Amino acid sequence: MQTVFERPKALSDVSMHYCPGCTHGIIHRLVAEVLDELNITDKTIGVAPVGCAVLAYNYFECDMAQAAHGRAPAVGTGIKRANPDNIVFTYQGDGDLAAIGTAETVHAAARGENITVIFVNNAIYGMTGGQMAPTTMPGQVTQTSPYGRDVKTAGYPVKVCEMLSTLDGTAYAERVSVDSVKNVKNTKKAIKKAFEYQLAGKGFSIVEVLSTCSTNWGMEPVESLTWLRENMIPYYPLGVYKDKEDSK
Amino acid sequence: MTEKVLMKGNEAIAEAAIMAGCRHFFGYPITPQTEVAAYMSKRMPKIGGTYLQAESEVAAINMVYGASAAGVRAMTSSSSPGISLKSEGLSYLAGSDLPAVLVNIQRGGPGLGGIRPSQADYFQATRSSGHGDFHLIVFAPNTVQEMFDLTIEAFEVADRYRMTAMILGDGMLGQVMEPVDISRSANITLPGKDWALTGTKGSRKKNIVNSLYLEAEELEMLNFKRFEKYAEVEKIARTENYLTDDADVIIVAYGICARVAKNAINEARKNGIKVGLVRPVTLWPFPKKQLESAAEKARAFIVVEMSMGQMIQDVELAIRCSRPVSLCNRTGGMVPTPEAVLAAIENADQAGRS
Ligand SMILES: Cc1ncc(C[n+]2csc(CCOP(=O)(O)OP(=O)(O)O)c2C)c(N)n1
Ligand code: SF4
Repeated sequence: MQTVFERPKALSDVSMHYCPGCTHGIIHRLVAEVLDELNITDKTIGVAPVGCAVLAYNYFECDMAQAAHGRAPAVGTGIKRANPDNIVFTYQGDGDLAAIGTAETVHAAARGENITVIFVNNAIYGMTGGQMAPTTMPGQVTQTSPYGRDVKTAGYPVKVCEMLSTLDGTAYAERVSVDSVKNVKNTKKAIKKAFEYQLAGKGFSIVEVLSTCSTNWGMEPVESLTWLRENMIPYYPLGVYKDKEDSK
Repeated sequence: MTEKVLMKGNEAIAEAAIMAGCRHFFGYPITPQTEVAAYMSKRMPKIGGTYLQAESEVAAINMVYGASAAGVRAMTSSSSPGISLKSEGLSYLAGSDLPAVLVNIQRGGPGLGGIRPSQADYFQATRSSGHGDFHLIVFAPNTVQEMFDLTIEAFEVADRYRMTAMILGDGMLGQVMEPVDISRSANITLPGKDWALTGTKGSRKKNIVNSLYLEAEELEMLNFKRFEKYAEVEKIARTENYLTDDADVIIVAYGICARVAKNAINEARKNGIKVGLVRPVTLWPFPKKQLESAAEKARAFIVVEMSMGQMIQDVELAIRCSRPVSLCNRTGGMVPTPEAVLAAIENADQAGRS
């Protein structure tokens, strides 16, 4: 019998703790498929964040570190500087990367740190039960923006790819989404390219993945995908924001 | 053959770290320790090492976390306000049992305080370097030579016990220049780090460096185990004793205060007062046994320190308050004078007699 679909070797054979329908699982799988395809699992070191993906160290078959909230890019920097031959990636949520860890993120990018960041933007803090994130949409109701995010008092969402693409050290920044089959395929391509850029020593690469949090958005999984498509994509346009290849 | 060179305390620390095989330094400027970073920035590129100026102390200690997790000797250095920022990373290093070396060249506080020498971070170093149950190994040099020697030792014990070892100095020690014998050879063969993140290379199961344990029983068990290790570490507690054999009065002081105290002790001895010094070289583990045995003979204790009285609590605990303990202190960046210490000695000697 021919095998047509199987678990990527870089993904551990354990059940994940994510809520049913959560797109973190899809993104994990894509990262693992890329590690398999590039045949780099045995030289890769991943850094798990604080957030729903805190247990990511249980899910990838490569060496893994768990970092303090927001500090994954600094931890990744230390690992990469110690072992430059290893491939280093961080996997971070929006609260982790764009709130408490903004400085670590911006400066790892500015240094052109040769690491890959997988940035999962679900417009909310998942793990702590659905509070407002820096990426929460204007008007979006969360536990700590119960009347909808009011930009007059809470300010505007942080557009990470746009911001990081202004830095010379950023080699590659692309925003993708996992709301449809077509977009999932694009996400995989972007993740692969980000790792390839690191393999080629080009510098900091980041893939921002628009993701869902059905649990804290209070929606069915399929409804969440629609909400992402109709609300997030117009505000966070998909596409390549920086590609050092282009600039040459 | 001894090779003596004139060096600032801060430079001696940096040179010792390099001799100990440290090739990864993550820094952020703050007075009065910036020479450590400056020295590293000059030397590291020449010897194939990394000097990285982080965006903050928070980032620097987390870079140390990453480098240490990847199996190399790594170090960061700062002064009081910067050490406060590092406390998050120190707790994670402890929770993940990673070795690291941290330097604190203290300045006056609290807050932005000042830039003059202080010992006001004693509690922070020995009691509360971050959240959770853990300790750092804390060395307190009092000469530039010791800043050199103890830094080498700090790397060795950090690896041996998989702990953070801190060099706790003060602004004066950091800035003073003294001749240093740098011929001491460091043991730079690292212990096997089979836990380090180096990539599985297809030949072993994956390694995880982590401090998250959601099962309370498991976390408690790990904390118990860590404290069993700390009981072993207690054995490295040590002091330097000066004229203590016949002493009626014992001064306890570390760092620059111990040097001031020695001057005062020499004066007091001329006046016939039998006074000696017990200088803790390790502040954690605190040399309790050495103080207990000093208390068998002495009538009174004086603690000289540059804080509102922090180490005095450890001294009282160590001798179980069996002798009167007085405090001779300055704060805010002021260094006690030998005259003030001499007056304290005379007082303690009188009180002890009556
Ligand atoms: C220093 C610190 N502050 C706060 C927390 C609590 N905390 C845990 S997860 C989290 C938010 C994570 O949200 P995000 O990064 O968006 O990831 P998600 O859970 O949505 O995947 C917070 C604030 C913490 N663990 N450490
Ligand atoms: S809380 Fe949200 S982000 Fe976290 S696992 Fe559940 S659905 Fe996913």
